[in-house]
Amino acid sequence: MSETPKISADDVAHLAKLARIDIPVDRLGYYAEQLEVILGSVAKVSEVAGDDVPATSHPQPLTNVFRDDVVQPSLTAEQALSGAPSVEDERFRVPRILDEEA
Amino acid sequence: MNDLIHKDASELATLVRDGQASAVEVAQAHLDRITEVDERVHAFLHVDTAGALAAAAAVDAKRAAGEPLGPLAGVPLGLKDVMCMQGIPTTCGSKMLEGWRPPYDATVTARLKAAGIVILGKTNMDEFAMGSSTEHSAYGPTRNPWDLERIPGGSGGGSSAVLAAFEAPLSIGTDTGGSIRQPAAVTATVGVKPTYGAVSRYGLIALASSLDQAGPCARTVLDAALLHQVIAGYDPHDSTSLNEPVADMVAAAGTRDLTGMKIGVVKELGGAGYQAGVRQRFTEALEVLAGLGAEIVEVSCPHFDYALAAYYLILPSECSSNLAKFDGMRYGVRAGDDGESSVEQVMARTRAAGFGEEVTRRIILGTYALSAGYYDAYYGSAQKIRTLIQRDFDQAFQQVDVLVSPTAPTTAFKLGEKLDDPLAMYLNDIATIPANLAGTPGMSLPVGLAPEDNLPVGLQIMAPARKDERMYAVGGALEAALLQQWGAPILSHSKGLQ
Repeated sequence: MSETPKISADDVAHLAKLARIDIPVDRLGYYAEQLEVILGSVAKVSEVAGDDVPATSHPQPLTNVFRDDVVQPSLTAEQALSGAPSVEDERFRVPRILDEEA
Repeated sequence: MNDLIHKDASELATLVRDGQASAVEVAQAHLDRITEVDERVHAFLHVDTAGALAAAAAVDAKRAAGEPLGPLAGVPLGLKDVMCMQGIPTTCGSKMLEGWRPPYDATVTARLKAAGIVILGKTNMDEFAMGSSTEHSAYGPTRNPWDLERIPGGSGGGSSAVLAAFEAPLSIGTDTGGSIRQPAAVTATVGVKPTYGAVSRYGLIALASSLDQAGPCARTVLDAALLHQVIAGYDPHDSTSLNEPVADMVAAAGTRDLTGMKIGVVKELGGAGYQAGVRQRFTEALEVLAGLGAEIVEVSCPHFDYALAAYYLILPSECSSNLAKFDGMRYGVRAGDDGESSVEQVMARTRAAGFGEEVTRRIILGTYALSAGYYDAYYGSAQKIRTLIQRDFDQAFQQVDVLVSPTAPTTAFKLGEKLDDPLAMYLNDIATIPANLAGTPGMSLPVGLAPEDNLPVGLQIMAPARKDERMYAVGGALEAALLQQWGAPILSHSKGLQ
């Protein structure tokens, strides 16, 4: 994995679709070039650690945190909706999620 | 009473407590200073004049009623715009959250208010805390008060600039890869990244949750310690919050003798790629530390050479997931909702309109690193390096009490100099990133000006996890010895605003 991976404009278009960012077509090549350079510089991560090294996902040993299941003060519906771009009947109003035919 | 702005936080708190100055006077002096200089510095994204004066008046009323005041009551502060403050615009430096007013306070914000600290406003930052120069703010860069053509560091450049421009004696920063420490280094101020979990992340808009840590910024080690005591401590709202007592940082900051202290110089941090003047001032500071009784030894942390690479896989991976919530549905801006388009199309348009270039770059990179076929080679390998870096720290701290290095490889660079070269920008954090990966604490404090450009140089002190007080002890002793040598605080040499 030490060789620099090749990233094409099509790859960036695919990643942008996964990440839900509408990158203009004429910018795909620009991001592809930069991504390739960055990936080339970080590819060395696979050279050091052998299979015997465990992965660390977090700096602390974490345990689940529990509390008693009691009602506590929280935001009102009005507060929770106060920053929403669109609201209807005390709910977030969103564009259609399913196609008409679905 | 214009000299109020040049006083340290501890001095201001004493003046207010003793009735020699009112909290309102102190707040007004700083608000006037903001009016005078912030057009040039651009450290604030939002100034809450009415709120600050009301908070100050409340402190004065409390004093008049004979109620006890906390150690920082009546002292003004700049709050990084990554931290939620109820009813006050909180943008994270992004167009995505333009106009958003949080319906609640972050735990840090709530603790500041409860301590009687007067929040002047929200400070500028790189968008969603991604950057080392504040140039990635969607609202324009902050400028370094030492030289307005230069960067104040990042992502917390607003929080460092308010201190160096005497707009506030205290500020709050957040540090994911150096965003408190590097800005402190390039502005000759003090910045502390506490142990991971020491300060609650509740209401801190997340960049990379396993790396993010809020901390105190100030002009002196003592002031940083006082602020640390206010914001640190267990918070049930944050499942990663450390549930243990906070050590006495203020007492530690009073240390003046380092006899018996063993200080390790990290071999891997400070060689090639570090500016000559940075290395010179760092080496001189080591002599001062030795003069205070510390034993200085060289320590090797071989995997630190891989920290930057691991960080630029772990951070984009976590941020691509964390920033998925900014989709224009529940808060922030929404773009391209024409009544015809699907929710996915509107999300994609919203994110294209709301995110700047660096944020887009990192989300795409993270999406790649986490995608099928690449996960093990990139994200998996980076997590293993994280283990190796933790082991390096563990071994080093078996030999020494603290580690030191230059905080940043160079002094403040010019605006625009590295904007088109992401890799060059990322190198700024090469010495600060290991502590984030391991969850250990780090402090930066000024150790002089580089002879070649007369710009500030910072020294970093790193301690074992949950031993933050050691940094305050070493930092407090070093600061006092340097002040004696210099005769005046280093910021008195700053000419950028004259």
